[in-house]
Formats: sequence, C-alpha cells, structure tokens
Amino acid sequence: MRIRIDPDRCQGHARCFAISPELFEVDEYGYSSLRVEGDVPPQLEEKARLAVANCPEFAIEELA
Amino acid sequence: MDWATDFDVLDPRYVGDPFPIWDELRRSCPVAHSSRRGSNWLPTRYEDVTAIAHDVAHFSSMEVAVIPFEGEEPEEPVLPYGLPPISSDPPLHTWTRRLLLPWFSHKKVATYEPLTRQLCRRLVAGLAPAGRADAAADYAQQIPVRVIAHILGVPAELSDTFTGWVRDVLEFADEPERRFAGMQALIRYFLSELERRKGEPGEDLLSVLLQTEVGGEPLDHALVLGTAALVLIAGVDTTWSAIGSSLWHLATHEGDRKRLLAEQELWPLAIEELLRAYSPVTMARIVQGDVTFAGCPMKAGDRVLMNFPAANRDPAVFEEADKVLLDREHNRHIAFGSGIHRCAGSNLARMELRVALEEWLAAVPDFSLEEGAEVTWAGGQVRGPRSLPVVFG
Repeated sequence: MRIRIDPDRCQGHARCFAISPELFEVDEYGYSSLRVEGDVPPQLEEKARLAVANCPEFAIEELA
Repeated sequence: MDWATDFDVLDPRYVGDPFPIWDELRRSCPVAHSSRRGSNWLPTRYEDVTAIAHDVAHFSSMEVAVIPFEGEEPEEPVLPYGLPPISSDPPLHTWTRRLLLPWFSHKKVATYEPLTRQLCRRLVAGLAPAGRADAAADYAQQIPVRVIAHILGVPAELSDTFTGWVRDVLEFADEPERRFAGMQALIRYFLSELERRKGEPGEDLLSVLLQTEVGGEPLDHALVLGTAALVLIAGVDTTWSAIGSSLWHLATHEGDRKRLLAEQELWPLAIEELLRAYSPVTMARIVQGDVTFAGCPMKAGDRVLMNFPAANRDPAVFEEADKVLLDREHNRHIAFGSGIHRCAGSNLARMELRVALEEWLAAVPDFSLEEGAEVTWAGGQVRGPRSLPVVFG
C-alpha cells in the first residue's frame, strides 16, 4: 500500500496526524507530510486507510 | 414558516432543534433563501458547503457575521482591518494567517494543556458539593476564555474580570447596554496593553505581534488589535458551545457516558463525532458578482450562511448521519470549516473539549438533566446550550 498527500489540498486540519503520528508529521502551520517513503508498513495500513477516510479536504489518496 | 424561502436562523424552533429543518431542506430544496436581514442563502448539503468554501473568488470573507451589524458604522472604525485573517481574503489573509498559526500548532497547544486541566479540575471540584450545576454557565463558559486570556498575556488576577467582559459581549446580546459596556472595557484594556507592551514586551501573542516586522515594517497597531480581537472572539463561545453541547449529549445518553468512562481508546474518535454532530459554528460569505450556484441566482452582496453544522449531518456523506456513533471511523466532518479559512484554533479547541470532558467525567461520572428545569440554547452564528441545569449521581 502506498499513499500520497496533495500539499495544495492540505489545509492543516491535522486529522491524519492525530490518527497516526507514525505516518504523518505536521509543521508549525499545521501542514502535513509523510514520514514514510515507499510502502506503508503493513502494521500501519489500517491507520493509513483511516487517515484517507477522515481528511476533510480529500488531500490524502491511496495510490493504486 | 416556509423554511425554504423565508428562513430565520434566530427563530427559537431553529435555535432549539435545527436538525429536522435541515433534513427537510436537504431533501427538498437544498439551498434555502430568506430576505430577512438582507438577501441570505443557506446551503444544507456537504457538497454545496464545501464547494462554496473553496470558491474564495466568488464568495468573500470580507464579512463573516451571520447576523449583519445594523447600527451606524463609526466614521473612523476601531478595527479598520477587521479581524484578520478570518475577515479577509488573499493576499491579506495569507500572511496574517501565517503569523497566527504557530500559536495554535499541536506542539504549542500541548503547552496550554496543564493549565487547562488545572482550571477544569478546580471548576468541577467547586461544583461537586452542591450536587447540581449549570453545566453551561458554571463550567463550559468558564474555560476557553481563561485559556485565551493566558495566550494573550492577561494576568491571572485579572482573569475573572476579563471573563466577565467577554461573557457580557458574547452571551448577553439581548442586553445591549451590558454588551456595549463589556466591549468598551475590552477595547480600553487592549489599547492600554498595547502601549504598555511596546515598552515592556512579554512572551504573549500581543507582545510578539507588536515586535513582528513584515517587509521591514512593524505591524500596524490596528492590525495587531484586530488579530487579538479575533483570537478572543473566535476562541471563546465557539469552544464553550462544543463543550456545553457535548455535556448535554452525555447528560441525556447514559450509554455513551458509560462507554467513555470504560473505553479510553474510544476518546479520539468520540471527540470528532461530538464535533460533527454538534458543530457549533456557522460563518458567512459575501457573494462577489452575480453567480448562479446550484440553480440559485445569487447577486453581488448577498450573504451565504456556511452551514457547516448541516453539512455534517448530510446522509449523502455520513452513514446514520442523525445518530451519534462515538466509534464512527469514517468522519470527514467540517466543524472547523473547509478550505483556506480552516479554523486556526482547531487544535486548541479539540484539546479544550477533550480535557473539559475528561475532568468533568472524572469528578462527575454520573449526571442527568435536572427535572423541571429548562435547557436553553444560543444560536445564529454559534449554537450551544446557554443554560444546562444538571444534577449529579
């Protein structure tokens, strides 16, 4: 599983960070970025799906 | 009343129980119109509210008040910049927002948590012996203003006085003299503090803004004053309403109360669900140029009421939208708005809501509405209980 964040869509709601600080980090303005490169570790896949499903800006997507 | 063509957001039926009205409008309308207090539009679907929030070219934030100001505008306004960044569009919005956001980052907010917890613990300990309380006036309404006061550098010994002024302004709109006196006191206080802190800067938001330079120039004092006023106005009754509504829910839903007490891991989802179901805030936008939206002929200058609370109850987006499901896993709620005006204080509001509920439940695990006593609601821009009489045990 791979995910990406669209930085133009992210508005700093920080919902992804709250769900998984292992996968996401936020800067002092609230904007989110990925902490992992490449595949999401299998034990974090469920959290990654939750992050996708809870972003109010549809800024996180699962890559096919 | 025909809610589709003549709605009134201050109607007691709407303030008390807007949910069935939104459901009906969403099915049959879904963008309502009213000519009370100017020409106003009221979208109710998630898709429409988020589309308008993202179209800042057609829908300006130059006026965000849901109820337009009807008095005479002074010749020289006290706040010529308004309340940046909330009441501004890019480019002013962009740089003033960047000044404010670091004060509400999750790291900064964590530093405000101990004082918030101490405050909540002290408040609820004071209420416990009586065995009953007004959970809105005596608890929820006492919390956010004191946290904001700390951020603005208001000294602790002035905290009660300051809280009184802010409640006079926000909670007593129907007593114009009381409201006006509170507002005058706040403006006088901030004007004198600006002068004082120029000479003796502290580490608070006001002092730091006064020392901030943009493009080699210090910030205009009126802009600093506007931003301080925004932090105060936006960070107080919004959050106390979320706390109050959540306590109302827990007073009336024993099962949810017991789950929160028993299942610690439920809290992060539960906080988001309470924010979704009882979203307190509606903001306005002003239509720029004539535009047709969802078939509605909107005219330049019309007001659009950004109905985030109704969007969050839209069954097209949320399963069992009218039910509070504390373990709801898919929850793209927009209680804090959507797009570039996402609430700058959302991290702070979440922390305050969580800590206020944690400390209340730790001290008062069992409580219910007081029989025969009336729960009253404030509404319009911000919906939440104004009076919430509960008995303990």
